Amino acid sequence: MIEIKDLHKSYKMGANSLHVLKGIDFEVADGEMIAIMGSSGSGKSTLLNILGILDEADKGTYHLDGKIIKNLNEKVAAQYRSKFLGFVFQSFNLISYKNALDNVAMPLYYQGVKRNIRTEKAMHYLEKVGLADWAEHLPNELSGGQKQRVAIARALASNPKVLLADEPTGALDSKTSYEVMELIQEINDEGKTILVVTHEDDIAHMCKRIVNLRDGIIIDDSTVKQVRAKSLENV
Amino acid sequence: MFSLERWQEIFETIRKNKLRTFLTGLSVGSGIFILVILLAIGQGMQNGISKEFENDASNRISVWTGVTSESYKGLNPGRRIQLDNEDYDLAETKNIEQLEYKSGVYSRWGQMTSYKTENGSYRVEGVRGDYQFLENATLTTGRYINQSDINAFEKVAIIGNRVYQDLFKKENAIGEYIEISGVKFKVVGVYTDPGGEREENRIFIPLSTSQRVFNAGDKLRSLAFTLEKQNNFEAALAASEVFTAQLEADLKAKHIISPTDERAIRINNSLEGAKRIYDLIAMIKWFFWGVGICTIIAGVVGVSNIMLIIVKERTKEIGIRKAIGAQPISIIGMILHESIFVTAIAGFLGLIFSLFILEMVGPLIETDYIRNPQVDFQVAFITVIILVVAGAVAGFFPAYRASTIKPIEALRDE
Repeated sequence: MIEIKDLHKSYKMGANSLHVLKGIDFEVADGEMIAIMGSSGSGKSTLLNILGILDEADKGTYHLDGKIIKNLNEKVAAQYRSKFLGFVFQSFNLISYKNALDNVAMPLYYQGVKRNIRTEKAMHYLEKVGLADWAEHLPNELSGGQKQRVAIARALASNPKVLLADEPTGALDSKTSYEVMELIQEINDEGKTILVVTHEDDIAHMCKRIVNLRDGIIIDDSTVKQVRAKSLENV
Repeated sequence: MFSLERWQEIFETIRKNKLRTFLTGLSVGSGIFILVILLAIGQGMQNGISKEFENDASNRISVWTGVTSESYKGLNPGRRIQLDNEDYDLAETKNIEQLEYKSGVYSRWGQMTSYKTENGSYRVEGVRGDYQFLENATLTTGRYINQSDINAFEKVAIIGNRVYQDLFKKENAIGEYIEISGVKFKVVGVYTDPGGEREENRIFIPLSTSQRVFNAGDKLRSLAFTLEKQNNFEAALAASEVFTAQLEADLKAKHIISPTDERAIRINNSLEGAKRIYDLIAMIKWFFWGVGICTIIAGVVGVSNIMLIIVKERTKEIGIRKAIGAQPISIIGMILHESIFVTAIAGFLGLIFSLFILEMVGPLIETDYIRNPQVDFQVAFITVIILVVAGAVAGFFPAYRASTIKPIEALRDE
């Protein structure tokens, strides 16, 4: 599904250049659930952004579903994002003036889905994340956990091949975090490939594989036994 | 661009961002409103001033006489100059080719006039048939003076609308006899004059009759002429200036008046006055256009400013939209569509509101210098289009920039 080789990325900070990724080799198969771990500054968010075609690497190759991702113009990038990728952000990034249902329906709007079908599908995903009753509420009327679940529903709405989550539980307390992770695990159970960037050990262990980054290189890449979030919720 | 889906999206955005929409609309709408009102006032002033100068033929040349102010060829100053039929004949025969209308005038002020029990005091003017056109008078009923009246010394009168109302109280006047200074005249016509009541407060009788009735011999009070029409204003003005100068020289030579004496013979050339008025009107017009264009520029700047702020404010939203699959073109389209829609609606509301105000208030304005303020609808319409296009252009560049920045940068924007 995802295949990257010798990926480099550096940011210009005034006169200095900050080398964030220093040669990443990394493969993701279909249906995997991977945690990308590392302390802040390790390059994990940068990696995720590159994987999400939100940012571009300086060097190296990136294949997404067999297609090479390089020097895409914004139009093609937008098409790929729409077709292959779903995003979940730490700060939710919901559109504040749209209600939950419309937020979830938006990726479908950009796929050119008709309004009534859009609404129907969006409602289906809202039900899936358990927020059908909150469909008409604006984001600022929802709790953090609810907002993140709306964001997950939105990421799923376009039926992407890969779900990219950047610190999805970073702004949530542990109970809510576990609820969100349980939802993400369920989605993975249905076969969706998921990448989660986190710096929390317990969240990482809810994935099936942990990739550890430090100073822009992978220092550890190992399969782990998945901890089900549900079993922790009642502890 | 015109898909229903896009419209739904736009309406939703507008509904959820009422203040933003209102402010954009207000700047556009008020700009159009001010422009239309300004142009209408300009037009109103033009109408008013034009109206003031409509009471006589616009190219009328009038000759009066006064008292000499300079001694000349042994004659003392203070000599009263009197025009007579000979002067008229001189002017006529010499310029017969280029004269359009011509008349000598012998008039008397304050002549007691009566019909049955009604009476009043009016100015009575003995004129030729052409005088109707020199005065810009229109007959409401009957006929004007003709050559056979002059030849036969007919005692006929054409009375002004005001005189008619005073004496006849809306009864039939044609064929009735009125008494002017003890002499009976048959009313053959009633006229109106764009100059209004002041000009309709007169009675016209044949020139020959007036000279005989008032025992004036062949004396004339004044002469009035118009020249044949020319193709353009400049040619007409030039011709009339040549004619005026020539006429003045001829009359001065005949009456032995110093060429530099400005009081003895006075010639009023309406065209010269008209030129000043047209220049003034043109100035007023340019002034209002200048102000109007400045208003439009201010409006365009205002719209551009708001568009910049809107795009800036929506940068993060644009990032989110791009992250979930929005094409750059759809981002630009969304912003432009919304801005064009809002500015167009607001612009036309401003237009309709200002036209409505003009329609309501316009007829209530009763000053001599603003009359019937109105605006060329086409001009106003084009102005709205300009403002809408300007808003779109102003919105395009920030929208384009926003659509090309990487979503990750847009998302970072707080």
